[in-house]
Amino acid sequence: MIEFLQQLINGLSQGAIYGLIALGYTMVFGVLRFINFAHGDIYMLGAYAGFYTAPKLLALTGCGPSYAGAALVLVAAMALCAAAGVAIERLCYRPLRSQPRLTVLIAAIGVSLFLENGGQYFFGADPRAFPEIISDAAIELPASWGRFSSLTITTSQVIVIGSTLVLLAALRAVVMKTRTGMAMRALSLNPLAASLMGVNTDAVISFTFAIGSAMAGAAGILTSIQQPSIDPLMGINAGLKAFVAAVLGGIGNIPGAALGGVIIGILEALVVGYINPTYRDPLVFAVLILVLLFKPSGLLGQLEREKV
Amino acid sequence: MIRFLTIFLAASWASAAPIPIGEFASLTGASASFGQSSHKGTALAIEEINAAGGVLGWPLQLITEDDQSQAGQPATIVRKLVSQDKVVAILGEVASSKSLEAAPICQQCRIPMISPASTNPKVTEVGDYIFRVCFIDPFQGTVMSKFARENGWKKVAVLTDVKQDYSVGLAECFIRDFKANGGEIVREQKYSTGDKDFKPQLTSIKAAQPDAIFVPGYYAEVSLIAKQAKIFGIKVPLLGGDGWVGDSLLKVAGKSLDGSFFSGHFSGDDAAPKVRNFVAKFQAKYGGTPDDMAALGYDSAMILADAIRRAGTTDPAALRDAIAATSGHDGVTGKITLDAQRNASKSAVILTIGDGGFHFVKKVGP
Repeated sequence: MIEFLQQLINGLSQGAIYGLIALGYTMVFGVLRFINFAHGDIYMLGAYAGFYTAPKLLALTGCGPSYAGAALVLVAAMALCAAAGVAIERLCYRPLRSQPRLTVLIAAIGVSLFLENGGQYFFGADPRAFPEIISDAAIELPASWGRFSSLTITTSQVIVIGSTLVLLAALRAVVMKTRTGMAMRALSLNPLAASLMGVNTDAVISFTFAIGSAMAGAAGILTSIQQPSIDPLMGINAGLKAFVAAVLGGIGNIPGAALGGVIIGILEALVVGYINPTYRDPLVFAVLILVLLFKPSGLLGQLEREKV
Repeated sequence: MIRFLTIFLAASWASAAPIPIGEFASLTGASASFGQSSHKGTALAIEEINAAGGVLGWPLQLITEDDQSQAGQPATIVRKLVSQDKVVAILGEVASSKSLEAAPICQQCRIPMISPASTNPKVTEVGDYIFRVCFIDPFQGTVMSKFARENGWKKVAVLTDVKQDYSVGLAECFIRDFKANGGEIVREQKYSTGDKDFKPQLTSIKAAQPDAIFVPGYYAEVSLIAKQAKIFGIKVPLLGGDGWVGDSLLKVAGKSLDGSFFSGHFSGDDAAPKVRNFVAKFQAKYGGTPDDMAALGYDSAMILADAIRRAGTTDPAALRDAIAATSGHDGVTGKITLDAQRNASKSAVILTIGDGGFHFVKKVGP
């Protein structure tokens, strides 16, 4: 029982990361109807942004790991990733927007390979130790919890889940309460009608890439707090899993992406803990196939009717 | 860069055509630390041989290709080395999975291959052209199993990397020996190369309350396993093999590996003059202390050069016979004799981790 609860907690903290990355896939799909396959590599860039800025930022807030320093690193990585996402969209996707969608998709694969191999060239291929920005430790649970006090919850897990919730709430506020958010929703309903109503399509698309990439950057930092080893190819697997999460939740649907991430994370932890870790990846991708076969719109997505 | 340098050095030899030696290593990618180290050792040996006048009056030319730590690459680049560069022998790889990909090609083309550090038994079983200068997993697994029993650890959990032949082989040998001698394996857990989150596995292992955990993986994952085990309140020592040796092991793991043990090929603390000389030359050329992979890379190149000298020719069949006849070679990783199965029979060292470095515990004979 305790072991099962522990696996749920493990899965939740990993699922939160998948959910954050999945947001970027789902938002870009919402406005542009294409899968940005370079998105997983933005997550890797986020981790490296933290790797390079952390020593300087931590020095600003005094020495050693601190929450203020960690927050600064998080914000810096998010900002850098947002800039990278906007630049990629401006340079590689926008010139191809009038081309068939397949062209942009292939360009995205190209960008992904460029970032992975460029990363190996510039950052080095060897895994790097991510600086300790928060001292990670197990939290002592009160003895009054009885049997449950033997659960292990780490500071990093609390931070990861907490930050994810805050980021999700902020994102929801942006999408539902602001004018830009309204423009994003309009664009995802009907791009032509939106532009006829005076929505600046280019600006909204740039904004979408900025937000999505910032979320991936945050995921890069949050994952590095839990698992302080980063390498230029870390985005491949995480990106694929997040993509499955986005499809599972219903691509284009923001709460769906978060829900999909959590489900995939928990599923993984349970398979590893109780069945056999070898089946972890096959099972995740079997989920993708099953969802596409039986509920292509995903758990929370709406079925889109092809207009004729 | 090194390649151009060797070509340049070779070109400066008066009209003597160099002997091309192929090397494949994971210079980039997940196990780059292995490839970088073994390559440095190999290149140092070649440089030393050429500075002393080469072999049979010809300099050696090392042609290095990178397999990017990716499955599928070794086959491609070894084929290129054999067919395009016409190398007389192949040196490589550290990881058993990579060597196992290249070995059938070398065997088929009748080109001798010497692996510096692949310890999985299957590697040399491919054929009579495949050699290695390191000990094999049954020996390494037995050494650690015996060490665990000597320390009174009766209940051990095993955490294996299912994507690496090395890790699977080592775990099997450890478990067989440990059970045969009355030990109990309380939990067997698995992971895959490239994983970063080990909390589900560690949760399961912690519930089994082992006295020690055998983790025969590679450094990239082991460092994260150690770190997460510490946070999970797992205080028992981790045990491992030579795959732990890597640049980023202690950088990532920090103090969480203190008090853990692993078996290796070589100790930089060794006082033997041969080793001191090697360590000094390595430091002068690259800075830093050489690790196991560098020492084995060095020995593999030295054994090859010695065999060419004894064969008096680079004819593959004669060269194969000369390598097979290697006996009592005084290498930096110990006295190396190649047995009938083309494996090196030699001693292992057990090292412990503490104060940010590796420390010699004991030497275990073959």
